[in-house]
Amino acid sequence: MSEAMDITVTVNGEVFQKTIEPRLLLSDFIRHELNLSGTHVGCEHGVCGACTILFDGMPVRSCLMFAVQADGHEIRTVEDLGTMENLHPLQEAFQEAHALQCGFCTSGFLMSILPVLEGTTDLSEEDLKRAMEGNLCRCTGYQHIRDAVQLAAEKMSSGSES
Amino acid sequence: MADSRDMKTVPSPIGESVPRIDALEKVTGEALFTDDLQFGPGLLYGRVVRSPHPHALIKRVDVSKALALPGVRAVVTGEECEEHIGLYLKDRYIFCRDRVRFVGDPVVGVVATTDAIAEEACRLVEVDYEVLEPVVNPLRGMDPDAPLLHPDLGTYGVVDFIDPKPGTNVANHFKVRKGDVESAWKECEVIVEREFQVPHVQHVPIEPHVAVAQFKRVGKITIWSSSQSPFAQRNLIAEALGISQSDIRVIAPYVGGGFGSKAGVSVEGTAVVMARAVPGQPVKVRLTREEEFFCAFVRQGLIAKTKVGAKANGEILAMKTNYYWDAGAYTEYGVNITRASGYSSTGPYRIPNVETDSYCVYTNHPVGGPMRGFGMPEIHWGIEQIMDIVADELGMDKVEFRLKNCLRSGDANVTGMIMHPIGLTECIEKVKQAIDWGIQETPSAAHKLRGKGLAIAWKAPAMPPNAGSSAWLRLNEDATVSLGVGGQELGQGTFTVMAQMAAAALGVPFEWMRISAPVDTKYSPYEWQTVASRLTWSMGNAVVAAAKDARRQILEVAAAHWDEDLEHLDIRDGQVISYRTEEVMPLEKMVVYGLPMPDDQGWRGGPIIGHGNFMPSYVTSLSNETGQGKRAVVHYTTGCQAVDLEVDTQTGQITILRVASAFDVGKAINPDQVRVQMEGGIVQGISTALFESLQYKDGVPHASNFTDYRIATSEDMPGEIISIIVEVPQDDGPWGARGVGEHPMIPTAPAIANAVYDAVGIRIFEMPLTAEKVFLAIQDQGAKS
Repeated sequence: MSEAMDITVTVNGEVFQKTIEPRLLLSDFIRHELNLSGTHVGCEHGVCGACTILFDGMPVRSCLMFAVQADGHEIRTVEDLGTMENLHPLQEAFQEAHALQCGFCTSGFLMSILPVLEGTTDLSEEDLKRAMEGNLCRCTGYQHIRDAVQLAAEKMSSGSES
Repeated sequence: MADSRDMKTVPSPIGESVPRIDALEKVTGEALFTDDLQFGPGLLYGRVVRSPHPHALIKRVDVSKALALPGVRAVVTGEECEEHIGLYLKDRYIFCRDRVRFVGDPVVGVVATTDAIAEEACRLVEVDYEVLEPVVNPLRGMDPDAPLLHPDLGTYGVVDFIDPKPGTNVANHFKVRKGDVESAWKECEVIVEREFQVPHVQHVPIEPHVAVAQFKRVGKITIWSSSQSPFAQRNLIAEALGISQSDIRVIAPYVGGGFGSKAGVSVEGTAVVMARAVPGQPVKVRLTREEEFFCAFVRQGLIAKTKVGAKANGEILAMKTNYYWDAGAYTEYGVNITRASGYSSTGPYRIPNVETDSYCVYTNHPVGGPMRGFGMPEIHWGIEQIMDIVADELGMDKVEFRLKNCLRSGDANVTGMIMHPIGLTECIEKVKQAIDWGIQETPSAAHKLRGKGLAIAWKAPAMPPNAGSSAWLRLNEDATVSLGVGGQELGQGTFTVMAQMAAAALGVPFEWMRISAPVDTKYSPYEWQTVASRLTWSMGNAVVAAAKDARRQILEVAAAHWDEDLEHLDIRDGQVISYRTEEVMPLEKMVVYGLPMPDDQGWRGGPIIGHGNFMPSYVTSLSNETGQGKRAVVHYTTGCQAVDLEVDTQTGQITILRVASAFDVGKAINPDQVRVQMEGGIVQGISTALFESLQYKDGVPHASNFTDYRIATSEDMPGEIISIIVEVPQDDGPWGARGVGEHPMIPTAPAIANAVYDAVGIRIFEMPLTAEKVFLAIQDQGAKS
């Protein structure tokens, strides 16, 4: 085993200082060191997108990074998206539009789509598909996820106007 | 008692698209899946040394170097596995003892303090093999001189409706002999004979298989697993270990997609044997995505040889089919898929003369298991293409041909069972209209060709005749309701639908319902398995019975309290009401503390707990020789799909533009959930039709990652999906409901093949229709102009 390393990372607004193995994946760090199990691991080779998190605001596959690479950076996970009492419009939309079944891929979809909607809520059909294409879902057939993203865009644009 | 909730009236929230009861947990990341459970520093990690050979004898196993590695806590081998395990046919050891039968067969299990150490220790295990000739094709497996995979087949335990042939590689042979096929051919105007092939595909749940097992020192076992079958796992593992079912506890959190791959016993067996070596400590075994592709179940491959004959007036007279299932090394469910495909081999058609031989053939491929549709997508690939060809040769419209020959209520089907009320013709008519059948659409470019295709489908729950369900329902102080079920939430929405049914049958608002999850065999009521699209119907009946039981108890207490006749009382919207006096009483408190009797005569009642069960009582056996019997299955769900697509003649790429889909679900308890089942099934069907195939060379699998094995993404979803719900009630279903979880992917692939033929005039009999295959076929045969 190689020597443990100290890292300081901000996760969902909270600063964590941890001593970790250099080979520890960022996904395992989030799940098992921080007990934030909403980030799921589906393939560990960067294709399925279930482990997507925001890394300095950009969606990344946390299974393709080592935790030590997060030293000094800021991470957001699904747990930071909204609270039970105050859901993010994207979460509300997924709930209302039947956009999930088993729910294993859901966190990854939410974290991939969030920055897109924060950029613009004026999405064409192509934009919608593109926002989702990097995440695999085996249950829904994607149509209701697309509907939910559209619904979220409507919620967010009307929310920003008011 | 006044019952506003009999099965004829439809109370709220039956038929309402309430949001999923698990949605809030799942959008916030709070929902727990098996790998999310934390076991603390005592958790050990199990890894498995697997066979690199498709077929070999184990000559020597040396684990000494692995055992010597610091951090390794135990190493287990087949030496510790004396009993066979299996659902219908007990044909495997949890760890191989003398022989390996597929690449991935578990040989040695290593338990270590970290996953990395366990992985490293696996590389230190030495195994010597004597490599044997593999069987890599079911037709080869049928040869009398083929290598035998299971020389001891005759000694394996087997259920009475499965018919293995000792001394061969045939794990089951199911026969249909109905009418006289040979004489019928002479009366046929058109006879078509074709061979169809379906490759192995994988279920690809996004959550890989994972199980944690722990042996308590007093001999009790706890298993946490991502499982569709907690009770079947408990039973099979108890039998294999020779211990009591009650000494095994299976806790099954949310399942991150199953599609059949998490039914029965797979990874859990290895976790249990490894945990037995380290009593007291939990051992986690989680499949890598690579292992998931060939060490979990795969969908069986199929070679189907089919011959259909019809009279000049379009009436189908005879059908002869041979199915050779590529079952893989063991047959947890494969033997019963063989049976189900045999007794459904005509598809939903009325055919008087039928001869079917369905063989489950052992091969040195990954273990064939159940996958969404349980053999039906595989057999309909051929059935629905050959019916198109017959219609073409007769010069008949393909929809008219199907309407003329498809099963209707009251018809005798292939096994002689009289069909219950079904809405198949309504499904066909509605799909025909939705897809604008008969209208030639314009392609989007000059080098593209556009076409439409249609397919119909049927499927029955394939299960033992007496597969049962049970439920309990407990009222809490504030009148919220805890509903205990043993069926599992895999994403199909069963928790939501069960809560809807219980709320409706009890008479409380949906928002008051709570599911007592996770399913835990120590506390949850028994459920056979979460498979076969059977829960809405079977577990639904148990839930309704439990709710009615609780309702009766509540009303009896209220009747005594008010000194009132039961028949005047009802529960509506969470309150007991008297239709006679118009008195109203809230449920809260009284459902736990009871009520005082008039004139200070003490108290009546107590904590309310209702229970109910359901088991079909009418399923009969089928003759071994003819496959005929009174009622082989509980019911069939039927439906129809049509596809409108475009083929790029320069690349062979298929673009699905529109899909219309109609299924007779009896009664849609939650219509939106029915629609998402249809969409999910269609896209999974498109994925298998266009992309998916597990590739092997001499039995050695190639693709084992998501880049080599591509599944459909959002880019592949059809431009439009039209989902149509048809409701012809099931006589013994709750409010008439029957299942629809698996069915939507059954007709998708043949409908696509038929549409490709319509577009380019080319038939491809071997799934999948990859762009390369379509392009080469166009090069070879030329597209129609």
